[in-house]
Amino acid sequence: MRGWITAAALAALLPLAAAGQTAPQDPPVTQPGVPLQRGPAVPAPETPPPERLVSGLSRDEVAITATFTGSEILIYGAIRRDRPAPAAAPPGIIVTVEGPSQTVTVRRKDRVGGIWVNTQGVRIGAAPDFYVVATSAPLENMLDPAEDVRHRISPPLAIRALSGGLDVEDTTPFTEALLRLRTESGRYRVDEGAVHILEDTLFRADVQLPSNLVEGDYRARIFLLREGQVIDSDTVPIRVQKVGLERWLYRLAIQQPFWYGLMSLAIAMAAGLIASAAFRALRRG
Amino acid sequence: MQIFLPIAEVSVNAFTLVALGGIVGLMSGLFGVGGGFLITPLLFFIGIPPAIAVATGANQVVASSFSGVLAHLRRKTVDIRMGLVLLAGGIAGSALGVGVFNLLQRVGQVELVVQLSYVVFLGLIGLTMLRESLGALIASRSAAPPKRRLHEHSWVHRLPWKMKFRASGLYISVIPPLLVGLAVGVLAAVMGVGGGFIMVPAMIYLLGMPTKVVIGTSLFQIAAVSAFTTLMHAVSSNTVDIMLAVLLIVGGVVGAQIGTHWGAKLRAEQLRVLLALLVLAVCGRLALDLVLRPDDLFSLAAG
Repeated sequence: MRGWITAAALAALLPLAAAGQTAPQDPPVTQPGVPLQRGPAVPAPETPPPERLVSGLSRDEVAITATFTGSEILIYGAIRRDRPAPAAAPPGIIVTVEGPSQTVTVRRKDRVGGIWVNTQGVRIGAAPDFYVVATSAPLENMLDPAEDVRHRISPPLAIRALSGGLDVEDTTPFTEALLRLRTESGRYRVDEGAVHILEDTLFRADVQLPSNLVEGDYRARIFLLREGQVIDSDTVPIRVQKVGLERWLYRLAIQQPFWYGLMSLAIAMAAGLIASAAFRALRRG
Repeated sequence: MQIFLPIAEVSVNAFTLVALGGIVGLMSGLFGVGGGFLITPLLFFIGIPPAIAVATGANQVVASSFSGVLAHLRRKTVDIRMGLVLLAGGIAGSALGVGVFNLLQRVGQVELVVQLSYVVFLGLIGLTMLRESLGALIASRSAAPPKRRLHEHSWVHRLPWKMKFRASGLYISVIPPLLVGLAVGVLAAVMGVGGGFIMVPAMIYLLGMPTKVVIGTSLFQIAAVSAFTTLMHAVSSNTVDIMLAVLLIVGGVVGAQIGTHWGAKLRAEQLRVLLALLVLAVCGRLALDLVLRPDDLFSLAAG
């Protein structure tokens, strides 16, 4: 699915969605058309034109099967306006997809008696397992830092809390290491220019999900920006879960560990038995 | 073909795992060892989390050693009584080891302790074997083999609680076999190995058991202790990945038979030299990882 969805198809979808029949999974997160302004708002030069987002996903469920090798989610939509777009700056779109938050311990090695040993550790209370930001332009050009903080958009802001076990004075190197390691392994990503906007109205973003996804509730957030300010946003949940054999084994291992263990043993012993019998037969025959 | 492992939560190539199992099976058929000491580090190298590699390694050992034990039972080369005494120590050791393992995991030192244990044990065993097998190789070329006594009498034979082990032709205290069993149980739990490489020399040199019952009895104890360890890991930390185990076992079973076939064609001393070199190579690789500055000083762990 590399090519554009035909503009006609999206345009056909647009009036339908705009008429209030938005995708059923859309939670009422934002007041349509009303800019989210809390705290010391940056004074807007004039009331921004009422623009709002209409968005959808190619899929809202990702099934992890035994042969799962990653997945791609297409996030598409349009900017709906009541009056012509302001001639000034083109609109910007930022799409984020984040995995479930987890507690992570970041440990640092030091040389102790000639060998490298984990010495210090910091527990980070909530860091998403997966986080990707796709934008229509370079992130720093299109997003005001205050807005970034307010909506927690860029990866460093997605890591939420430091919790417990603070046996180090400065936690910055540890949070930086978390970001760096996750970025290196492709779990945190900023794809600038990955959102394509057509005619200042239609947009689409292809987001790659890696093969080693954890189960849980993911969410996609879509932000509409003008001159660094978020004027509308939308949140769509994505469910990632193991299915079939994967799901059955995983559930069994967690809920019935004793029977799961016995089953593992039975399989191992059966394999040993069959192997021994088969090769005895081979040697005779 | 990529396959997603349900417990490890990583996607790996199924053929890589079968091949890995096959190579280790080949070694175990060739040298008569369980192969656990090779499979666990190899799983580290392909990116399986250490806790899962250790627990699943134990499960794989069950398959290979159970198959071996059946063959030895048919040939009546298992000292069941000795096996049971070793097992009693082994179960206690395994429970202890799983407890230690869980504790180490909480404080973030599992990798270090597992690697250190591997370096120390593989180094010791590798060097001893190399010396002994090279000596035997030279002796067999030069002259007739030296005379050996049935078994040496040492401090081991002066301990209390003596017991008769008919199949081994021994009348010794139960303390040394219990301790050997205990040590192997701890190793099985912490390192994900069967412990054959420790058990076999201990039985020959420490307990003075005759060589013909050593392998069968050792396999008997290894199969039982690994089974117990697998169950303990599954219950206490949910770290046994059955999909991973099945793929390794499939490769291992085939590899073991090929290995046995090849082994019959090579000379015992040459085999032992090869095994010693292999053990030392794995040991060297792990030691380098500990000593060299890691690429990244930071690491992440869930929880």
